[in-house]
Amino acid sequence: MTDLDQARVESLIDGELSWDELRNEVLPDPKDPDRFQKTREVLQERVDWDDPILVPLNDHLFVVGTDDGRVIRADCGTDLCDAGENWKRSCEVFVREEDEEFEELYEEYMHVDPDWAFELREWYCPECYQLLDVDAVPVGYPVLKPFEPDIDTFYEEWQGRPAPDREGEQAAD
Amino acid sequence: MSKPGSELHDPGTTTREREFEHVEPPIGWDGRTLQEMLDESEQRLEETGRYQGLDELEFKAEQPFKYEQMYSRLRGALVSARETALHVSASPIVREIGELCFQIYTPEGDSVAVSTGIIVHVHTGSLAIKYMIEEGYETNRGIQPGDVFCNNDNDLGNVHTTDVHTFVPIFYDGELVAWADGVTHEIDIGGMTRGHDQIASTNRHEDGLYATCEKIGEDDKLYQDWRDRGQRGVRTPMYWDLDEKCRLAGCHMIREAIHEMIDEVGVELFKDFLYEAVEEGRQIMESRVQERLFPGTYREASFLPIQWADKAWQPGAQQNMMNHLPVEITVDGEGGVELDMEGATPPGPHPFNCAEGSMAGALWVSLTQCLLHDGKVNDGAHYAVDTNYPEGTVVNPQDPELSYHSPWGTIFPTYQGVWKCISRGFFSRGFREEVVTGYGEPSDAIQGGGKLMDSLAEAIPDALGDYFPVGSFDFSCQGLGASACRDGLDYGYAMFNPEADLGDVEEWEQTQWGLIQLGRKVKPNTAGHGKYRGGSGWEGLYTVMGSEDTSLYCVSLPNVAWCTSGMSGGYPHGTGYSVRAHDTDLARRTVTDEPYSIGDDRPGEHQFEQNIEAEELIRDQDPMFFPEEFENYDMLHYKTSGGPGWGDPLERPSEKLKADIEEDVFTPDIVEEVYGVVGDYDAENRDFTIDEEATAERRAEIREERAERTQSFEEFFEEEQARVKQSDWNDGVQWMYEGVFDLSEEWADEFRGFWDLGDGYSP
Repeated sequence: MTDLDQARVESLIDGELSWDELRNEVLPDPKDPDRFQKTREVLQERVDWDDPILVPLNDHLFVVGTDDGRVIRADCGTDLCDAGENWKRSCEVFVREEDEEFEELYEEYMHVDPDWAFELREWYCPECYQLLDVDAVPVGYPVLKPFEPDIDTFYEEWQGRPAPDREGEQAAD
Repeated sequence: MSKPGSELHDPGTTTREREFEHVEPPIGWDGRTLQEMLDESEQRLEETGRYQGLDELEFKAEQPFKYEQMYSRLRGALVSARETALHVSASPIVREIGELCFQIYTPEGDSVAVSTGIIVHVHTGSLAIKYMIEEGYETNRGIQPGDVFCNNDNDLGNVHTTDVHTFVPIFYDGELVAWADGVTHEIDIGGMTRGHDQIASTNRHEDGLYATCEKIGEDDKLYQDWRDRGQRGVRTPMYWDLDEKCRLAGCHMIREAIHEMIDEVGVELFKDFLYEAVEEGRQIMESRVQERLFPGTYREASFLPIQWADKAWQPGAQQNMMNHLPVEITVDGEGGVELDMEGATPPGPHPFNCAEGSMAGALWVSLTQCLLHDGKVNDGAHYAVDTNYPEGTVVNPQDPELSYHSPWGTIFPTYQGVWKCISRGFFSRGFREEVVTGYGEPSDAIQGGGKLMDSLAEAIPDALGDYFPVGSFDFSCQGLGASACRDGLDYGYAMFNPEADLGDVEEWEQTQWGLIQLGRKVKPNTAGHGKYRGGSGWEGLYTVMGSEDTSLYCVSLPNVAWCTSGMSGGYPHGTGYSVRAHDTDLARRTVTDEPYSIGDDRPGEHQFEQNIEAEELIRDQDPMFFPEEFENYDMLHYKTSGGPGWGDPLERPSEKLKADIEEDVFTPDIVEEVYGVVGDYDAENRDFTIDEEATAERRAEIREERAERTQSFEEFFEEEQARVKQSDWNDGVQWMYEGVFDLSEEWADEFRGFWDLGDGYSP
């Protein structure tokens, strides 16, 4: 079983492990059963706020428990929206559709044919302009909500404890 | 290898030499028909949610070592059959690249174990066996010891037409105890054009030779009429014949191994083992989901543009189309998984239609690589995933008239979405090492064929006739997508076969006699950008020599638009393009020692043209092209795909970009533009020196540009909504939206609701 200590989890998060370390020490099954908790603790230590991280969504976004309910928060501290909403609706967006815009990223010929109505939508944090996601879709495609985590089922049924933002409520019950 | 004392084995003879006794139906277990066994199995599963209603794995619990030993022995027999049988084949696709696999099924047609190789077939053979049961083969056609069946009909259980299955029923004491299935990927199956993944066919009648769950032999011998049909129905009869012998030999090896196993452990224990192994597979899938993923709902969408308005041969196919391949995965509190593709586009006049079995097979080749790579892989896991491939769509047309020659065009983009959804689960649980943003879609699959000139055919003592097929599988080494903690694998991955292998150039040239490889090298700027970049692709260059009547074509994804994107701020990989040159001066250049092109690093700079002159040069943003005649010294450039990236490119360490430049993964101008890393590149010595100060300035500039260029979501919504109201898109996208609206009221309502369009809106 893999069993990463906190320092190794930090190295994993920072992308500092070599392929040999990943292959021999991190990838093999079965996985360490407390990896989620270790990861959450490392991430929590790195942010400037105390509200508990409930689920990491990507490199810079988390579902966080607050006194006013669960929100999706960027690591810079900006709250994008309530946890149930599509966080992309709270982002700044840059849409690439023209050849010149594609050719800032790709070789000529190696991007969308100009005859096709196809876009790269880049989603940025409205505060720090961290690039949070990129969608490649045809014009008019709805903005999908990529992930709706079932947080309470996860904590209560899979982890056997209430979600960190509900611990007080459970104790009061 | 007969076991002394066995009732089924005469000492000194092999199974193949034995004469088989006639067996009367019912041939199922305990006096039941196969149909009764199948009905009971399905009923128990529906009532209990467990395979065969097994509450506990008693055999495994009571004799764990024996149970595991039997599983290992069974799987070992499959792998051994594969490794031995592939040497019977002469096709490099099978022998060199290993495009074959073997599997064992219960009498009802549920996969118990699968060999290495193209494990996409873990469930496809299952569907074919169930079809034979439900069509009453037990009594109507007869299923006897020594019989041989064949299927490559996608609509009944297969991935694509050039995958051909051989089934052998395995009997013990008058009962059908199991089925063996071997499948190989053929280099040619007949059809309207040469090649193993045709693009010109638009319906079944153009697809080539179909075997529709046919009995093709008895007493371990193939029927003469079947063999004649194969010899006359394909363009490469020798490969067809030897591949068929390869499949049959492997199935017979498996039958021998199972007979030996039953002789040792007894038939009742063997039966218990088969059922428990399937149920264990189901349980492993559920437990793995709870271990690795996060409950909830994941969504993705992928696309396949088909730009055929000016290219297709048949009038009905001369249009632009875009396939919509949405994926919604729900993980419930019990670890159950549901895969829903509501909103997929209709099928079309193209060979990318994908039968339900093809989708199920591809789900397997995906899950076994991203979620179940160390578990028991069998149909138990299939039963742990509820799927909705909506009937009447491109992912489940339910129409045998359509062409199913190249369903991979639908499969590859679809499972990009599946991988990304699963990877979101990995990331949320902290398993960043398991995240994969997707993969490079296999391109460019150059295919076709030609005939050797008489003088050349006479000069090659081993040449197998004058026809040579073109269908090399070096495109099985694309770039793998990035992970959330490392870069993707460079030029070493194939979605369809986890044992990716370029093969040797020399090996392919012994098949493709008239097509000579002029060069292979890393293709710059194919990898998807990101904090962790996708794996890089590579490029090659062919010329035609010593041949006549040569035609070539190309299947390529992504082509004129991306099929997928990256994750967490990572970008999609570069799309393909095509360069081919007719009537060139290559022959003169080789004689006069002038340089000639061996690549095309920078397509925008037209590098290929700098060292070659041609009467006709085609440089097309769409890499997919229909069969085209090639004369000697004509040239064809091809390339493979990179993988998508992970994370914001501005977070990529500059030292990694130095290596990317020095290894030709990215060019310095692209690195400066995308990653903000500035420096001097000494190309001759492959040495990039980073200018730290300029880099800091450029990265700050890029952040400022982001703030200046972006708009609010509200502004974006207003502009995009206006375009939706005006249907301001091209005819291919119109084809997509119209088709989806016709097929799925549910998806149409979601679309209308998202853009606030009102009930009356139609695209």
